[in-house]
Amino acid sequence: MTGNAAARGAGVRPEAISVDRIVKRYGDFEAVKGVSFSVAQGEIFGLLGPNGAGKSTLIRMMTTLIPATAGKALVAGYDVARDPDAVRRLIGVIPQALTSDPDLSVEENLSIYAKLYSVPRAQREKNIASVLEAVDLSKWRQAQTKTLSGGMRRRLEIARGLVHNPRIFFLDEPTTGLDPVSRIAVWEMLNNLKSDRDLTMLLTTHYMEEADKLCDRIAIVDHGTLVALGTPMELKHSVPGANVVEVHFERESPEWGARLEKLEGVQSVQAESAGFYRVLTSSGSRTTMQLVEMATQLGETLSSLSVQNTTLDDVFVHYTGRQLRDEQVKPVNYMMPPRPGMQP
Amino acid sequence: MNRMMAIVEREMRKFFRSPTLMIMSLMMPILQLVIMGNAFGGKIVGCRVAVVDHDRGPQAVKLREAFAAIAVNIKTFKTIEYQSEVQAREDVRTGKVDGAIVIPEQYSRRVYAKDAPQLGFVTDNSDQFTSGSLEGEMQLVVDALNAPLIQPRMANAIALEIVELYPYVNYMKFLLPATVALAMYISVMIGGGILYIDDKSRGVHEGYLATPITKLELVFGMNLAGAIKAVLSGICLTVIGSLMAGVGVIFHPEPMLGLFCMILATSMAFNGMMFLLMVRVNDPLVPRATFGILNTLLFYPSGAMYPVASFPGWLRAIAVVDPFTYCIHGFKAVLLKDGGFAAIQFDLLFLFSFGIATLLIAAGLFKRTL
Repeated sequence: MTGNAAARGAGVRPEAISVDRIVKRYGDFEAVKGVSFSVAQGEIFGLLGPNGAGKSTLIRMMTTLIPATAGKALVAGYDVARDPDAVRRLIGVIPQALTSDPDLSVEENLSIYAKLYSVPRAQREKNIASVLEAVDLSKWRQAQTKTLSGGMRRRLEIARGLVHNPRIFFLDEPTTGLDPVSRIAVWEMLNNLKSDRDLTMLLTTHYMEEADKLCDRIAIVDHGTLVALGTPMELKHSVPGANVVEVHFERESPEWGARLEKLEGVQSVQAESAGFYRVLTSSGSRTTMQLVEMATQLGETLSSLSVQNTTLDDVFVHYTGRQLRDEQVKPVNYMMPPRPGMQP
Repeated sequence: MNRMMAIVEREMRKFFRSPTLMIMSLMMPILQLVIMGNAFGGKIVGCRVAVVDHDRGPQAVKLREAFAAIAVNIKTFKTIEYQSEVQAREDVRTGKVDGAIVIPEQYSRRVYAKDAPQLGFVTDNSDQFTSGSLEGEMQLVVDALNAPLIQPRMANAIALEIVELYPYVNYMKFLLPATVALAMYISVMIGGGILYIDDKSRGVHEGYLATPITKLELVFGMNLAGAIKAVLSGICLTVIGSLMAGVGVIFHPEPMLGLFCMILATSMAFNGMMFLLMVRVNDPLVPRATFGILNTLLFYPSGAMYPVASFPGWLRAIAVVDPFTYCIHGFKAVLLKDGGFAAIQFDLLFLFSFGIATLLIAAGLFKRTL
C-alpha cells in the first residue's frame, strides 16, 4: 500500500465509507481476505482488479447485497450488517448489467425506482427532471428505453441510481460495453455529478484510463486482498522508474548496453532486439538529451527515440503481476520493464 | 405499501406493453378447446362395413335394408358387398374396411324357426372408439330385429329411466373448465416462473435488493402482480371459451360472482405454488425445462380429461393435493352445473388455503440478499 493513503482518505474529510478487515468466504474459497480502506466524503474512489479479484464481492458487501463473513463496513456512518435499511436509503447502486426495463419509458423507469425509495410524489417529479437534466436525457423522457443507444441506457442507469438523491454512489463497471465517445461522455457526467451534488462515488472498472481520469484515489485488489492504494500519481510513482525511453540505433554494437547504463537517472537497460533498447529511467528528459549527445559524439544515427510516462497499466501489472485476466488469451506484445535489482 | 405497489406497477406496465404473455397464455388453451373439443366427443360417421351374405333369404334382405337405412340417416357406416368371408376379414385387418358382418347360410330359416340365429361381426378393436361405435349400432339393429312386432300391454322387463340434470354437454363444454385452468397455469408459469427467473438472471432483482424495499413488500408485490395477470387471463378465457362452447352462465350475476371467486382463488393457489417452486432457482433454463413436467404432473391427474374415480391409488393421491383438481371441479360446478356457492365452497377453501400456505413458505425461503 502506498504511503498512508488509507488513513489520509479519511483524515482530511469525514469518512463516507469505512471498510475494516472485511472477509467473504464461500465454503472453503475466500473471495475477500480482510480488506480495509476508507473513502472520504466527496471523493471518487476506484476499485481496480482483474476478473475474479473480489471487486464485485466487495461492492456487494458494501451495498448490503451479500453479507460479510467477517469484518465491518460502515457506509454513511451506518453498519451494513446491523442497519442495512439505513444504508440502502443513502446509497445509489448501478449494477454492471443494464437492468432498466426496455419496455418502459425513461420516465417510468425512474418513477418506479423513486417509488421504491419512497420519494414523495411532489419531490419525485422534481428529482426525475433534475436527474434527467444531469445525464442529458431530458428530451428522451417519454422514449421507450429499448429505443435508446447503449450509452444513453447507461446514462439512464446512472439517473436511476440518483433519483432519490443518494449521498454515496456505487457504480460497478459503469462504462463497460460503451464506445469511446460514450465512455468519455459518462466520465464528464460523473465528474459534473461529483461537483454539483457533492457525491461520494465508489466505482469498479477495468479501464486504467478511466480510473486515471476519474478517481481521486484507487485501490488495486487481487486475489481478494488490497495490493495497492493511493492517488493515481502516488501509484505511478510507486512503480520503479518514472519513464521508459525506447531507442533504436541504426548500427548494433555490443557496447550500447554499458554506455546506456552510464547515462544519468538510468535504472536498468533491456536489449529488445538488434540495436533496440528499453531504458528505465527516473528522468526521461535528461536521459534523452544525454543519449542524443552521446550518439552525436560517436557519429551514430538513431532510427527512433521515444519517451513514455509510467501509466496505470504499468502500475496494475506491477502489482497484479500480469495483464487483466480476461485479456490473457490475447497475444501480449507488451514487455514489462524489469523490477529493480533484476537483470534485464 | 407504496414500494410494493411500485413492483406491481412495473410488472403490469411490462405486461400491457408486451402482449406476448397475454397472447401466449391464451393461445394454447384456446387451441386446445377448439381442436380437442371438436376432435373428441363427436359422432363417428362414414365407416365402411363389409357384408358377406351367405343366406340371401328374406331375413338377410331385412337386415341389409336396416343397414341401408343407417347409411342414409345417421351415416355411421355404409355397406360394401363381399363374396368371400376370408377376403372381408383380411380387408378389416389391412384397414380397407372398418368391420365385416357375416350373414351365415340358413340364417333366415333359423330366424323363422327361432333356432338360435346368429350373425358374425368382425371388428378392428385396435381402434376402440370406432369399433365401439360400430358395435353399438349393430346391437341397436339386432335389438330392433328381436323386438316383437306387437308390444305386450304390460312390460315384463325392468326399464331404467335416465334423467339428465343438465342440457347436453358436448366435449367442448366439458373441456372448458380445464381450458380456463390451463390458461391461468400458463400465465403463472410464464409471468411468475419464466419472467421471474429471467429478471433475476438479468440483474433486475439486484436493483430491487439495493433499495430499501422489505422482503415482504418484494414477495407480495411480485405475487400480487402475478395473481393479477392470472386473473386477467382467467377472465379472458372464461368469456371467450364460454362464447365458443355456448355456455351461457357467464351472463348471470351469481355464477359470474362464483366464477370470479374461483378465478381469484386459482390465481392465488397457482402463484403461491409457482413462487415456492422458483424461489431459490437462478437458472433461466429451469422453469422452461420443468414447464412440461409440471403440466403433466398437475393437469392430467386433476380429472380434467378423465374421471379421478378411474385412477389407481397413487394417482388419486396426487389428485388430492393437486390444486388443479379443485380448480377444475369448481369451474365445472359453476360453468356446467350452475351449482352455486355451495358446490364450490370446499374448492375455494382449499385453493385459498393452498395459495396462502405456499406463499408464506416461499416468503420464508426468499433471500433478501443475493
